[in-house]
Amino acid sequence: MLLLLQYTLIFASVLLLVALGGCFSEHSGVINLGLEGIMVIGALGGALVMRYLSATVSPVVMILAVLCGSVVLAVAYSTLLGVACIKFRADQTLVGTALNLLGVAAATVFVKAINTAADPNDVSSTIQYVGAKKAFLINVGNFEFNWFMVVAILALVFAYVSLYKTRFGLRLMACGEHPQAADSVGINVHKMRWAGVLISGVLAGLGGICYILAGVSEWKFENGVAGFGFLALAVMIFGQWKPTRIALAALLFGLFRALSNVYFGFDFLVSLNIPGSIYNMMPYVISLIVLAFTSKKSRAPKAEGIPYDKGQR
Amino acid sequence: MRDLLKKQGMQSLIASLLCIVLGLLLGYIVLLFINPGGASQAILAVAKNFLNTTRANLQVKNFANTLAKSAPLLMCALSILFAYKVGLFNIGAAGQYVAGACACLYSALAWGWSWLPCMLFAIAVGALYGAIVGLLKAYCNVNEVISGIMLNWIGLYTANMLLANVKESTSPYTVHLKDGAPQAILPSLGLGKLFENNQYITIAVPLAIVLAIVIMVILNKTRFGYELRATGNNKNAAKYAGMAEKRNIILTLMIGGALAALGASLLYQTDYMQWEVTASSVPSMGFNGIAAAFLGGLNPIGTIFASYFIQHITDAGAFVDKTMYSSQISDLISAIIIYLCGFVLFIKTTISSGIARSEERERRRKASAEAEKGGEA
Repeated sequence: MLLLLQYTLIFASVLLLVALGGCFSEHSGVINLGLEGIMVIGALGGALVMRYLSATVSPVVMILAVLCGSVVLAVAYSTLLGVACIKFRADQTLVGTALNLLGVAAATVFVKAINTAADPNDVSSTIQYVGAKKAFLINVGNFEFNWFMVVAILALVFAYVSLYKTRFGLRLMACGEHPQAADSVGINVHKMRWAGVLISGVLAGLGGICYILAGVSEWKFENGVAGFGFLALAVMIFGQWKPTRIALAALLFGLFRALSNVYFGFDFLVSLNIPGSIYNMMPYVISLIVLAFTSKKSRAPKAEGIPYDKGQR
Repeated sequence: MRDLLKKQGMQSLIASLLCIVLGLLLGYIVLLFINPGGASQAILAVAKNFLNTTRANLQVKNFANTLAKSAPLLMCALSILFAYKVGLFNIGAAGQYVAGACACLYSALAWGWSWLPCMLFAIAVGALYGAIVGLLKAYCNVNEVISGIMLNWIGLYTANMLLANVKESTSPYTVHLKDGAPQAILPSLGLGKLFENNQYITIAVPLAIVLAIVIMVILNKTRFGYELRATGNNKNAAKYAGMAEKRNIILTLMIGGALAALGASLLYQTDYMQWEVTASSVPSMGFNGIAAAFLGGLNPIGTIFASYFIQHITDAGAFVDKTMYSSQISDLISAIIIYLCGFVLFIKTTISSGIARSEERERRRKASAEAEKGGEA
């Protein structure tokens, strides 16, 4: 039971971070379908830090270095989305999809190159971080506390305060609702959209590194992040683009994702004799059902997905 | 020259070629970063594919293998293209492809069906799978990209579960059709003889090309196609004009699903590939279809060539020097190409405005020349 709680919380943290990232980007008016790819690149940044930093440094240094590594790479990567969608008014769906494919391909090529350079016989795309991972964990009895749970809560507070209580957040949201109106009162729409995209890069990058630190101590980059970026988008839609509701939605989805990891720990679930594949597909099935019921009365930002054109009325 | 550049088709062609050149160039830069020594050789290997071998019969064999895999890619690309014309981004093509693979392999191996029923079954299952996305979009307003991705994963796990019943006892792969269900292999009608008796060249290749032409005719020459494009351009206007926009959305995704699933049938029923029941990610064919569709300028005929090209560089990944680079370098290049396709609109408007500007200049020059002449007289 404790294990289920632990996995639920850690997966919910991932979903919360990434969904908040999507939330910032969409409120500014840019649909970020590339979250999945940004997660992979963020995970790569953190994993590289863990690989090259010796495991003997103090946990605080390790945690900060890993967070920095993933944020820097993820933000750099999300500029690709910004350049294409804000500057060149490209199709946001297409560019997002391209970022997802590019993220996995680039990470795989890069990690394989590093591994092969270190050992010519090693052609895997795996990075190990058994030692470094310990910095993030604190054992409280049988419960494994992960610092990312704190990071996720901080992100939630940051999102809530900055979106609803600051001038910046309100302006950001105006650009997603009616950019022409925002522009007419002197808000720089392009700047605000850049801010939205870059903040979503920060949060998605954190989510990515958090995801590969949940449960395992090595990651095969060929696998990407298994649709988590899209699950996060489902969480965001279920949460109706509002940070607090997103947090609740993330907990629900985290629970179903956790079940597929630990279902064999429950006697009554094992006795049902359901194949593992069913548990694996559960989060996706649930999100489809949830989306079917919540998308009708969508409170999506009105101007999301439409490139801003000053000349349009 | 300028008249030629004004043509939409010409602009698309230029934009696509630019994407390819830039994609290869950026890929080359990445290779330089990884290992400067072998970068030129590796990028040449990717560009050459079957020409990397010198023996003529091996060249023909490799070329034929690439062709055999281009057919399913073309079907996936058509699926994405068809939906895109209606304003839908069918990223679920990857899942519909999985559904088709599962249907044709299962019906062949478990039920012993022959090739045509297997293929039709795959098409039906794919259409149904696409219909889920369509129904959710039309009646529940669910974003087709997100529901498509969810269905991709659901399809993957379902296929793994079902096909585990027909796998080889010692490996995670499904039984070879030539051992378990030879009746389900697509007929070749002697086409393989043209390619040094390649057993993977079947009716799949010509069938895929014919279907590309059929799709073009449907989209451009029929009332149904006109309605679909109208729905894509402006959903509300189409509804106002009395077109059943909900029905059109569902039908489109059903056709998209059928096309992608047929693609799977065209590959798995040649016995070229077996399904791996421990697969942890969706086959990349559906995603590469996005690259092919956009690189082909969203034109069915252009897509035929683009599909071949994407498959050409994807297969060529096997020829790069493995001591320095991994074969995924070709995935990287096709991903870069998809990204660059986002700039196609920008390239086209740049060409158009460039033409407009030079025309304007000429007109002004003529006007001023005439004004001078007027002055003399």
